[in-house]
Amino acid sequence: MRKTTTLITAAILGGSMAMSSAQAEEMRIALVVKALGIGFFEAAAKGAEEAAAELGDVEIIYTGPTDTTAEGQIEVINSLIAQKVDAIAISANDQDALVPALKKAMDRGITVISWDSGVAPEGRMMHLNPSSNSLIGNMIVKMAADHLPDGGDVAVLSASATATNQNIWIDEMNKVIGDYPGINVVATVYGDDLSDKSYREAQGLMSSHPDLKAIISPTSVGIVAAAQAVTDEGKAGEILVTGLGLPSEMAAHVDSGASKSFAIWNPIDLGYAATMISYNLAKGEATASADGEIGMGRLGAVTLDDSMDGAMSDPFVYDSSNINDFKDIF
Amino acid sequence: MRHTVSRDLLLAFILLALVGLVSLRFPEFASVKSLSSVFNDTSILIILALGQMAVILTRCIDLSMASNLALVGMCTAMLNASVPGIPIPLLIVLAMVLGALLGSINGLLVWKLDIPPIVVTLGTLTIFRGVIFLISDGQWVNAHEMNPAFKALPRFDILGLPILSWAAIISIACSYILLNRTPLGRSLYAVGGNPNAAVYTGIDVGRSRFNAFVLSGVLSGLAGYLWVSRYAVAYVDIAAGFELDVVAACVIGGISIAGGMGSVAGAVLGALFLGVIKNALPVVNISPFWQQAISGCAIIAAVIFNARSERRPGRIILKQAENV
Repeated sequence: MRKTTTLITAAILGGSMAMSSAQAEEMRIALVVKALGIGFFEAAAKGAEEAAAELGDVEIIYTGPTDTTAEGQIEVINSLIAQKVDAIAISANDQDALVPALKKAMDRGITVISWDSGVAPEGRMMHLNPSSNSLIGNMIVKMAADHLPDGGDVAVLSASATATNQNIWIDEMNKVIGDYPGINVVATVYGDDLSDKSYREAQGLMSSHPDLKAIISPTSVGIVAAAQAVTDEGKAGEILVTGLGLPSEMAAHVDSGASKSFAIWNPIDLGYAATMISYNLAKGEATASADGEIGMGRLGAVTLDDSMDGAMSDPFVYDSSNINDFKDIF
Repeated sequence: MRHTVSRDLLLAFILLALVGLVSLRFPEFASVKSLSSVFNDTSILIILALGQMAVILTRCIDLSMASNLALVGMCTAMLNASVPGIPIPLLIVLAMVLGALLGSINGLLVWKLDIPPIVVTLGTLTIFRGVIFLISDGQWVNAHEMNPAFKALPRFDILGLPILSWAAIISIACSYILLNRTPLGRSLYAVGGNPNAAVYTGIDVGRSRFNAFVLSGVLSGLAGYLWVSRYAVAYVDIAAGFELDVVAACVIGGISIAGGMGSVAGAVLGALFLGVIKNALPVVNISPFWQQAISGCAIIAAVIFNARSERRPGRIILKQAENV
């Protein structure tokens, strides 16, 4: 029994030695996505390739199932383990179902991180969030303030009154509102993520607050409805619509001038950062530990919290200068 | 008939009182501009309520209207995005035809298989939503993919009102003529009022119900185009839950769930009642939780009122012989 254990240990040691000699030539990092053929993830792969080009000795394996299932991802992970890749960076379809397969990968010496959509802490070394609640809260009011040099009344159009994410972001926004003198939040209304209700609430804001300068909507249904309501009222450009939205959904409203800028994560940066982190962890240049920092190339460094989560950066701001590059991506 | 007229007048009076009450708090609400915008905003609900009314008259109910709207809306949006050359009037006709087809599925199941309409339309409600997901793959059709004419049509002003409002007005006129002046419309009342008697007068109950479902489908299809062009976006969840507003509008408007009773004016007033509440609540600035509670109370109050007014006194069939 002891003999076999030793044998296996030897085999593993041998294997990892062989691997490290292969590493010297080229490190193989697998970028595993929820499903192939989704614009958002194709863009992330573009970012990963950018990181690989910068690093020089990295090969990116962009892969994922054909539909967004945990079973499909488990198959992909198993085949990556068999291929003996050096690192797996995954956006998970299921927080828990992937844990055993990823544990197996880590047991074989593969660096495992999750990004975008996380895996439970025991199934990965760290998780990269695109942004953090406080960064989002700050960004949504900053975008309004940037276009309102003299300050003015702004209102928030949220999803439902009980939506957890939106409430946290609005709280975070209110915490930093003092940094933007002259900006008054006059109302917070709820569109329930329904187009018609959001549209009506936006109309209501315009009629009950004649001096309104901006509507901040941290939800993708709300921001589109608000932009349409402002346009229909003939106030595009007068009342600014900003918040969180997707470039494809907002492209027409940026064209019409109803929205000057809005934010959401940049998938290219996300793929880039995930690759850089995987590289640094696999190389041993950084370790995933609480309060530890891991380099992300041009994006600086990510700091981890107690559950090994880190936030990449401020949400990325989209405006007329870059929307056309992104509107077909996601 | 006299009975419903007085009811409609009462509802109109309540509606005016409601507008007055809101304008106490927010004076601008009663301006012509604001009221016409309320009507415009309620147009889609009015169109759907007219279709629902036709179905309810025959003692049926159509819970699939909002899903029908969403499916047709998604189809027209996708069609417009991929073949921008199709003229918009043709697209609207296609939307109504598709809506009619979807409505006829409900109608056939109710007519030929005799399944209770609430079960049939509860089924198609989810089926239609599922189909939207299948054809769209969960993706949105966004404003920049629709061509300008597609989005501009419902906003185009004629005589001071946008076409969206005119669509509602034309639907009201057509429904009025259809329900009051044609054999088809009268048969809907007959079927709901007393199905047995309707059979004896030579009316096919099943076929009449089928017609009502097709009519509600046509109007849902029309509303589907109007919805996606008004909000300039189409996705799986558009108008989710809207079928309940439609039924509520009919109930408030005095359309009897027991069938056979109700007027076009009632359905329109019921829809406007909800529309005024929906548009007033954002400007009077009260908590969103109160908003839901207030809408709910209005519905219950209307139903209580309906139930009371519908309770007919017992009929004396045989009078006691009087002293001869």
